[in-house]
Amino acid sequence: MLTILFDGIAYGMLLFVLASGLAVTLGLMNFINLAHGSFAMAGGYVTVILVNRLGVPFFASLPIAFLASAVIGFVFERALYVHVYKKPHLDQVLFSIGLVFMSVAAADYVMGSGQVFVQIPKFLQGQFEIYGIGIGRYRLLIIVICGLLTVALQFILANTRFGSRLRAAVDDSRVARGLGINVNWVFALTFAFGSGLAGLGGALGAEILGLDPTFPLKFMIYFLIVVTVGGTSSITGPFLASLLLGIGDVAGKYYVPTLGSFVIYTIMIVVLIWRPQGLFSRAASR
Amino acid sequence: MLPSPISIRVATEWLSARARWQPLEVAFWIVAFAAIWLFPDRHLILTEIAWLGLFALSLDLILGYAGIISLGHAAFFGLGAYAAALLAKYEIINEPVLALLVAGLAAMALGFVTSFLVLRGSDLTRLMVTLGLALLLRELANRLGWLTGGADGLQGVSIKPVLGMFRFDMFGHTGYAYSLTVLFILFLIARRLVNSPFGLSLLSVKGNPLRASAIGISVDGRLIAIYTIAAGYAGIAGALLAQTTSFASLEVFSFDRSADLLLVLIIGGAGYLYGGLIGAIIFKFMQDYLSALTPQYWPFWIGLVLVVIVLVGRDRITSWTAPFRRIASHLSWRTLARRISAASGERR
Repeated sequence: MLTILFDGIAYGMLLFVLASGLAVTLGLMNFINLAHGSFAMAGGYVTVILVNRLGVPFFASLPIAFLASAVIGFVFERALYVHVYKKPHLDQVLFSIGLVFMSVAAADYVMGSGQVFVQIPKFLQGQFEIYGIGIGRYRLLIIVICGLLTVALQFILANTRFGSRLRAAVDDSRVARGLGINVNWVFALTFAFGSGLAGLGGALGAEILGLDPTFPLKFMIYFLIVVTVGGTSSITGPFLASLLLGIGDVAGKYYVPTLGSFVIYTIMIVVLIWRPQGLFSRAASR
Repeated sequence: MLPSPISIRVATEWLSARARWQPLEVAFWIVAFAAIWLFPDRHLILTEIAWLGLFALSLDLILGYAGIISLGHAAFFGLGAYAAALLAKYEIINEPVLALLVAGLAAMALGFVTSFLVLRGSDLTRLMVTLGLALLLRELANRLGWLTGGADGLQGVSIKPVLGMFRFDMFGHTGYAYSLTVLFILFLIARRLVNSPFGLSLLSVKGNPLRASAIGISVDGRLIAIYTIAAGYAGIAGALLAQTTSFASLEVFSFDRSADLLLVLIIGGAGYLYGGLIGAIIFKFMQDYLSALTPQYWPFWIGLVLVVIVLVGRDRITSWTAPFRRIASHLSWRTLARRISAASGERR
């Protein structure tokens, strides 16, 4: 019972790191980016190549995965995404679906269509027991890393100069521009950071979620659930939503395996009908 | 106060002018029906174009005319496909045309129930709800293995001859004639629909819901109605697929199908009825060509097309049809008759 809770929390934390970048682009910048999973997949594959083929230590590969995805995200933002920010939602959807299709086919071409796993170091494998709760070492690591990231993220958004600039740029980009904030630059950096986080999540999650070229499609709905259910007015909303989703999904698959993903989708639709702005948003800001 | 007789007459004339058949339209359908005898060896792909065109027409009704973005239109398509396949497999309804109607009605029922979900919320909520619905149905079909065959698909379906006379053959001859006839009939209904006052009120809802409700149009009512009708169209398209291939699998619900459908409609241009049909023709031949070229990686090129279309601008992409549309609008029956009589006058 508590083991399931633990696994669910680990899964939820992972989802949060994967989706937090999307919470910013979708929630704050109001851009429907269905291709977020592609950046996560990029990070995952970078780790796989580094660890499995080049023999880079697992922990050294994590920051590299973050940087690689961030750079890819930055380049894409500057080259492509900037042109689509102002377009209608239909265009954004078409554009990002196109990117997803391209990334899926490209990953298939480069890495093959099979599922790959990261070789995690020996001391992270297996599990130990505390008071009868089976705790997987790797999952514990994920909880620790993701927990630290969450705190750091909250701190950056709430307490740093960059965070307040970002919030200003989002609330009213014209006034922010008038105050001398380089809004384009702030958006680009945020996008790159969000992509980097997704890449890191992909690297960490390759072991648990499994990594294959259809990753962006498979988890797109999960990311979207986190963001829409969590609401977008704060970072705590998506955090709680991903914990709920993680625990719900793990518990649902364990206790009622026949229902499969029904629980998740049904809950999502009910929540969206009940509160279109998300469960944890205080009020519709726009 | 009732509108004056003159304004009623003006409005009626304007509406009937909109609804008048243009020569190019007539030519389009003549070519489509002539293909039954002209290209007997391409009937399989032409059948696919026919149901895809119908499916795109259905999306056009809600996206192009009512402005609802859907990422889960495959839900209705899949429901129709499974309904038709199940009806035939368990020999509940043996007559394909009747089964087609029942499948369409089933999809309409689902469309009516779910239309209330689509009414609320922003574009994003609509995307999520429609996407979630398609995923739910897919999961349902997967779980009900005893009924639907689960992940293996529904096999062993044999479709009886259409109207008891025309047997389905493996070359798709009957399939194409049948699909095209269904498409044509449904197209006529859709054409009547969008050229009616109801169709105009839909466009006004798409343009500005607040203003539309201010001039007395029931926005929710219109959206529910068109969503239900479009769902029925999608269901019939799915049923056509199931009947012409004697097979239904989980793939009918897939996200790729909904996404491809958006591409089909965007290529042809949303907001006019031929957009979906032209898009289906281009998409199928493009897919045929690309998948022959690179069997495994053709989604890449589909994705590239989507990205390029958005970056270049949808209006500019679909503007390639503008010259044709201009010709079509100039080319009315009267000018055609005048030219013919002028030509025959010269000959004399």
